[in-house]
Amino acid sequence: MSEQFEPNIVAFLCNWCSYAGADLAGTSRVQYPANINVIRVMCSGRVNPLYVMNALQQGADGVLVSGCHPGDCHYMEGNFYARRRLGLLKELLEFAGVDPRRFHMSWVSASEGHKWKEVVEKTVEDARAAGPFDQFRRRQIDW
Amino acid sequence: MTEKPKLGVYVCHCGINIAATVDVAAVTEYALTLPNVKVARNYSYMCSDPGQLLIKNDIKNEGLNRVVVASCSPRMHELTFRKALQEAGLNPYFLEMANIREQCSWVHENRDEATAKAKKLVAAAVAKARLLEPLEAREVEAEPAALVIGGGIAGIQAALDIADAGFKVYVVEKTPSVGGRMSQLDKTFPTLDCSACILTPKMVDCAGHPNIELMTYAEVEEVGGFIGNFNVKVRKKARYVDFVKCTGCGDCAAACRMAGRFLSEFDAGVGKRSAVYLPFPQAVPAKYTIDPESCLFLSRGKCGKEPKCVEACRAGAIDFTQQDEIVEFKVGAIVVATGFDVFDARRKPEYGYADYPNVITGLEMERLVSASGPTGGKVKIHNGVEEIIPQEIAFIQCVGSRDKSTGNEYCSRVCCMYTAKQAHLIKDKIPGANVRVYYMDVRAFGKGFEEFYDRVRREGVRYIRGNPSEIFRRKEKLVIKVEDTLTATPLEDEVDLVVLAVGLEPRADARKTIELLRLSQSPDRFFLEAHPKLRPVDTATDGIFLAGCCQGPKDIPDTVAQAKGAAASAMVPLARGKVKIGAQVACVNEDTCRGCGFCAAICPYSAIEMVTINRMGHPVEVARVNEALCKGCGSCAAGCLSDSIQPRSFRDRQILPQIAVLGVLR
Repeated sequence: MSEQFEPNIVAFLCNWCSYAGADLAGTSRVQYPANINVIRVMCSGRVNPLYVMNALQQGADGVLVSGCHPGDCHYMEGNFYARRRLGLLKELLEFAGVDPRRFHMSWVSASEGHKWKEVVEKTVEDARAAGPFDQFRRRQIDW
Repeated sequence: MTEKPKLGVYVCHCGINIAATVDVAAVTEYALTLPNVKVARNYSYMCSDPGQLLIKNDIKNEGLNRVVVASCSPRMHELTFRKALQEAGLNPYFLEMANIREQCSWVHENRDEATAKAKKLVAAAVAKARLLEPLEAREVEAEPAALVIGGGIAGIQAALDIADAGFKVYVVEKTPSVGGRMSQLDKTFPTLDCSACILTPKMVDCAGHPNIELMTYAEVEEVGGFIGNFNVKVRKKARYVDFVKCTGCGDCAAACRMAGRFLSEFDAGVGKRSAVYLPFPQAVPAKYTIDPESCLFLSRGKCGKEPKCVEACRAGAIDFTQQDEIVEFKVGAIVVATGFDVFDARRKPEYGYADYPNVITGLEMERLVSASGPTGGKVKIHNGVEEIIPQEIAFIQCVGSRDKSTGNEYCSRVCCMYTAKQAHLIKDKIPGANVRVYYMDVRAFGKGFEEFYDRVRREGVRYIRGNPSEIFRRKEKLVIKVEDTLTATPLEDEVDLVVLAVGLEPRADARKTIELLRLSQSPDRFFLEAHPKLRPVDTATDGIFLAGCCQGPKDIPDTVAQAKGAAASAMVPLARGKVKIGAQVACVNEDTCRGCGFCAAICPYSAIEMVTINRMGHPVEVARVNEALCKGCGSCAAGCLSDSIQPRSFRDRQILPQIAVLGVLR
């Protein structure tokens, strides 16, 4: 039996809600898969859709963007921009033949440590089902 | 870059919090293999003095110019380490943290996996740290004034403290009078001092204080700006009574055609009021208000030949032409003290609150036993047949608290004690009455609480452990179906009066406040503090503080303590007169900006303006950031077509290497 494929996930989390929610998951000792690698940004609105493409190019098997719940953005409107931009990107990815299970968006508030765990599990599970991603190859760190 | 980056990587054990799951020695060794890393060390507590000293010494002795700390969340200790860098003479923004505790060691059990992930996170932090740039935090003036939202005991106390320190305070209260929930209470547990007697002097102080501008019957409509410089817009609702002319005599209320027709909000629906009313006799300000919904003239346009109140008012204060008034002002800090709502007992239909007049809530009981209440302090109740003085009285605790079926898992903290107090008051007012309390657990945790609970039991109040399943009527009695869980006996208890010890809930309009001030909610739906232990009065937004039950259920002493804490915190920017504003703001590369204006349209703070510059002899339009307004969210950068606008410390060229590291490394 072959070993289970462990996908590599890159996640972009807003500082105020989702990153704080992930911190809370830690403080509450909630356990979740180690496949997720977080990059902190101040707002989900900072996430340039190209970051998602870039992550897939650089070897991520799945990408997650998580921000404050719509209406709760620390910067008033940032997550609305994120929702619109990344919603478009999701369609574009599908059009480009990328398995939609590789890209997730979620809204996790600073008090939702348990929701964060669920989001991570779902993202990892979906990426695992989608298998290794090598459609866009770059994989190079320019130190 | 003029200087080659020289990095120091510091891996924290955090006692065993990190070291038990992550092989810190391996991470340290790995860090040394990363480009530009000159020093890598691990230490038991990096945040401690000796830990910080390690960093400082290396900066001085090894000539480090970038620092990576792999420890807890940057939300925890970023400021600590920035300060350490600064003390060693390095720009504080040359710091990057790798969160290997909250987002690694605490959430992964497998040591190999956690160590591998910690290595990746450190590598990503190194990749970013190499490209950090020096930033300067700037200071702007802070307006020496504060806004307090809510005029209950929390708001009053916070306002008095800030005003006493010499700062201007605006108090905005939604109802016509300050006083809040505390003014509705009769006695306070466990000391039994009269709530009104200790509160009214404070209400009067608040209204008369030279530094306090009190706005009752008003609501905050808009809050813009940031710490030190909040712009506030308040709607003062029309009272239809001239505030200056009204003498508070009450002739209008007595004359009102609708006198005694409407449920009094203050009396929790037990008493009645007119369309023109003073919420309660000690109301501050003692000025009448016409409720436009219940007033015949305002709701239907006609009230007999002429409204009776106009005839009755000798001061000529009634003014139906009054309009809402918008007031705008600037403050440096905001204290949120919006209080709580009591649980709506109709959501527990098995208790028959909506069906039987002799099933009442704890708050209604307060008004019944209050000497200023609708019955003059006599406990009289209608049992559906006649008005009686109840002899058999039962209290039911935890109604809408500690109850998943109502969505409230939390303990409301005051019900056990207010029930004990009311049981005592009933024993006092109705000699010979039989009082029993159905409870799950009695939580008498505060100062003097256990002693008071003991006293009440000695006075003959029976405590029966059991959660009633149903209340129904049998002739003129109410029957409580319950199991005494200590003796495993099913009971049917016949009583005259049931008092539901309803819990505390967030305000029904809490959502509005959240959207107004960008607050967060905790899972219990109360407002979320910045840190549950160490920053219990702060919010995630600088300059906005929480006081009282809007943050979670609490009793009066805790509320006052928190209000004083919030006031002290709010005074910090006011007293300094200046606030630091974030250095991580957006900046524009004017050479590549093509002047499309997308970023200006995106910016939620209108911090970007289009200006014309001279580019090689040609006038061109480019974007320019007003750094005082920019908050550094970066939404502009993600929308820029030419990557010309970038938030400092979160530039594309700083994030992309992080992505590369996390993507490529396995």
